Amino acid sequence: MQTTLLGRPLVEVTKLRHVYGKPGDGDLLVLDDVNLALAENEIVGLLGRSGSGKSTLLRSIAGLIAPTSGDIAFATNPERGRPVSVSMVFQTFALFPWLTVQQNVELGLEAKGAAAEVRRKRALAAIDLIGLDGFENAYPKELSGGMRQRVGLARALVVDPDILLMDEPFSALDVLTAETLRTDLLDLWCEGRMQIKSILMVTHNIEEAVLMCDRILVFSSNPGRIVSEVRVELPQPRNRQDPRFRRLVDEIYTRMTQRGAGEARRADGLFPGVGIGMLLPQVSTNTLSGLMEAVAAEPFRGKADLPELAEDLLYEADELLRVAETLQLMRFAEVEGGDIRLTAAGRRYVDADVDTRKQLFSEHLLAYVPLAAYIRRELDNDPDHEVPAGRVRDELEELMSPDYAEETLKSLVTWARYAEAFAYDDGADLFTLDNPS
Amino acid sequence: MVFLFGDRDSVRRLPRLLPTQVAPSWADLVAFVGLAAIAISVVRGAHEMSEPLAALQARAVTLDAMRLPEYALLTTLRMFAALAASLLFTFVVATLAAKSRKAELVIIPALDILQSVPVLGFLTFTVTFFMGLFPARELGIELAAIFAIFTSQAWNMAFSFYQSLRTVPKDLDEVSRQFAFSPWRRFMRLELPFATPSLVWNMMMSMSGGWFFVVASEAITVGKTTVALPGIGSWLSLAIARRDMAAVAEGVAAMGVVIVLYDQLFFRPMIAWADKFKAEQTASGERPRSWVYDLFRRTRALRLSATPLLWPARLLTGIDWPRVARPAPVRLGPRVERAVSIGWVLLVGAVLVAGVALIWSFVSRSLTWRDGLDVLGLASLTLARVVILIGLTSLVWVPVGVWIGLRPRWAARLQAVTQFLAAFPANVLFPFAVVIIARFRLDPNVWLSPLMILGTQWYILFNVIAGASAIPSDLKEAADVFAVRGWRWWRSVALPAVFPYYVTGAITASGGSWNASIVAEAVSWGPQHFEAAGLGAYIARATAAGDAPRVALGVAVMSIFVILLNRTLWRPMYKFAERRLRLD
Repeated sequence: MQTTLLGRPLVEVTKLRHVYGKPGDGDLLVLDDVNLALAENEIVGLLGRSGSGKSTLLRSIAGLIAPTSGDIAFATNPERGRPVSVSMVFQTFALFPWLTVQQNVELGLEAKGAAAEVRRKRALAAIDLIGLDGFENAYPKELSGGMRQRVGLARALVVDPDILLMDEPFSALDVLTAETLRTDLLDLWCEGRMQIKSILMVTHNIEEAVLMCDRILVFSSNPGRIVSEVRVELPQPRNRQDPRFRRLVDEIYTRMTQRGAGEARRADGLFPGVGIGMLLPQVSTNTLSGLMEAVAAEPFRGKADLPELAEDLLYEADELLRVAETLQLMRFAEVEGGDIRLTAAGRRYVDADVDTRKQLFSEHLLAYVPLAAYIRRELDNDPDHEVPAGRVRDELEELMSPDYAEETLKSLVTWARYAEAFAYDDGADLFTLDNPS
Repeated sequence: MVFLFGDRDSVRRLPRLLPTQVAPSWADLVAFVGLAAIAISVVRGAHEMSEPLAALQARAVTLDAMRLPEYALLTTLRMFAALAASLLFTFVVATLAAKSRKAELVIIPALDILQSVPVLGFLTFTVTFFMGLFPARELGIELAAIFAIFTSQAWNMAFSFYQSLRTVPKDLDEVSRQFAFSPWRRFMRLELPFATPSLVWNMMMSMSGGWFFVVASEAITVGKTTVALPGIGSWLSLAIARRDMAAVAEGVAAMGVVIVLYDQLFFRPMIAWADKFKAEQTASGERPRSWVYDLFRRTRALRLSATPLLWPARLLTGIDWPRVARPAPVRLGPRVERAVSIGWVLLVGAVLVAGVALIWSFVSRSLTWRDGLDVLGLASLTLARVVILIGLTSLVWVPVGVWIGLRPRWAARLQAVTQFLAAFPANVLFPFAVVIIARFRLDPNVWLSPLMILGTQWYILFNVIAGASAIPSDLKEAADVFAVRGWRWWRSVALPAVFPYYVTGAITASGGSWNASIVAEAVSWGPQHFEAAGLGAYIARATAAGDAPRVALGVAVMSIFVILLNRTLWRPMYKFAERRLRLD
């Protein structure tokens, strides 16, 4: 599909910046210098890891979040003589469980003060359009996930928005359902049966982005920036098996694993935050060793192409990248140019027995994860070899949101327990050095 | 708290432990002093206008069985009036606490303390206060009785509503913001429906508690005057005064019928209806059922007759309040903002100082340190009773509850019975106990004690039943496979599994027992009067004598004991259970 840039863009985002926490002390930069122009008649995808701020950008455009600085300008819709309007589809569907399908769809109209008869008519039309006929009186809990997301779509469309914002709309659905829904949406879009002028969608699924979008904006994390723009010129309907499709997917993988040109190749730049304030992802040690073993085994033998690996292991791109980059953080692997390669330590780990593995993991954990090193040092210095976890949590909460602090600590405890680097007593909420052995 | 088959998750819902912190904070102290000061002001005011009470000519209550249905109806109406007042209070106060940070700082600790205060002790003064508002009219006492019930109902409802408002699902919140809902629409479409299931559950809890108070508050003796409102409570107190055992039995039977009826006709349909507001995306296996609700939904005529009831709701939802042009929030400089904060702290401090001064002036006039020590001693006696009784009943009901809970067919039936027993106001049964004590010349210090826990022990039983029937079958099978039996089975399977449920039940039982002590430690049967040494009897005696300072002292000390017991024993246990022993 050809993108036509007619006059002003529908929405123009300039120099958007969003900082979590109080400015000054240990703030977390979620979005930095983001510029985006959404033209008429295009589907644009925001692609990136979880935590890369793409959702924050979408919510800023939806007016749900006030960015720290920067500007979001909407064009005026000449036909209606009012600014361009937006509507949103949520990852979790966000349906009101106590309202029927029809009432859910009518919700936005109701808030606008539309008369009951108008509401009914338009809601029924939207329900009809989206293929929900016969479900008008059902409650959301009676529907399957795919049907629920259809309700979410109908609810967003019924208010006649110019721009449809979608926040990972298919990621809570199973593979088959997601595919059906994507195809149906693309059909409606290509046939021009929806009144919307543009779609802006957030996704972490590379294939989904290539399948649906005319333009893909790839986000880096820490801080969230648009690192590259990929135009998808393939005609709709697109075929996943098309070599050109595969090439594009490959190319995007490469871009997603590329460090920015100016950025130093520091492994601890992988996750948001620095030093002990680094957000540690929730990756179990089983997954970590599983990935190392998979990369070490045939057919990869120590070096694997990420898209291939993802397909092999039935992983989503961002999930796989998170695991891979955790390995990189601990220097068990290198991730670059869409490939993952085990380091010497990684190979040693794969070949070792259980105790040696733990030993190795412990060494790397304490050497390369600053928070682990910090806690271990505190424990060594404490006369009783005890450190209250509450204290560490408080320190972390200065650097990140309480949710992230909790998650980071949880990940660390799992790793430290596996490595037997130190112990954590849940009842007393205490880090200790005694490992029952 | 009545016949809830299968609604297991709500058995565990415990809004009264909402604030998670264990240690008492400054906010608690401020709230406590503030509330005490307010109470004293009311008592003082009431004292000055206690004249009209004598002039009151209430309708006489007669022990005529024909009038019993009428009395039962009046009692029930009082209950529902109080429930309506509690709902109103809940909507206003909880919403305020959830929306305003400054209001929250005051309201939440205050609610926490209020639900620990044995309001029964204040009955005398609220009566005189309301009598002052409506001199020489029955309305005054009527309102006082309703107020007494209200004070037993409102707090946990407000807590649950506040908690719901604070935990509205994030995605639904975003939808309503994205569609720019007005505050009113947000309340009707999002907040109220979301809060409904737990609010209904708490209303039921409140109603069970309320029966106890309605019985106690209908016949009130202030000094030398006894005022009786027509109702089951007055019927019973008259029957006791006349030593009419048959009339007592009739009253008890009427109470039972009323409780069954209100449960079947009111609460069960309500629970079945509230189920649709559960914010879960998957249909759960067991849905609460109610034959009345099904009847209404299935029968066309009944459904049509019910539609007018829905109109107000629909109308309210549809209202589009004109948007109030809210002035843009004034942007204050950091300095001004700090000044405002300091001002707020100073204000709270001033209230604290004034409160302490007021309490001191009130207490020091008629009380000495000796009184304080006496009361502390008596409170320790009552504390010992509560702790021992909870321990003893636990020893009995935990094994029984586990045994029942593991047998699903028994559990379903007995669960209903125990919940009925919990809702039944135990104070109507006191006369039977008193007759036995009188007959066998038993020591009231020992034998009056069980009355405190007569009505509240059932909370332990039915929570344990719920806990035992919720033990996952894989866990039971694993225990079987590894031949875990005997004491080891109790220690590693049954007790940890029911512990969270047990704590919930025990907290309710303990709180209820403190309150019950005011009526249980001093009982009468005609001219005969029995008293056990304890704080409850102290408050009861001071109330009968119209001795305001001693009532205030007794109630304050009891509140402190209840709060301390909650903070040092129950809350840590609850937190432990939540952290370590959750099965879901």
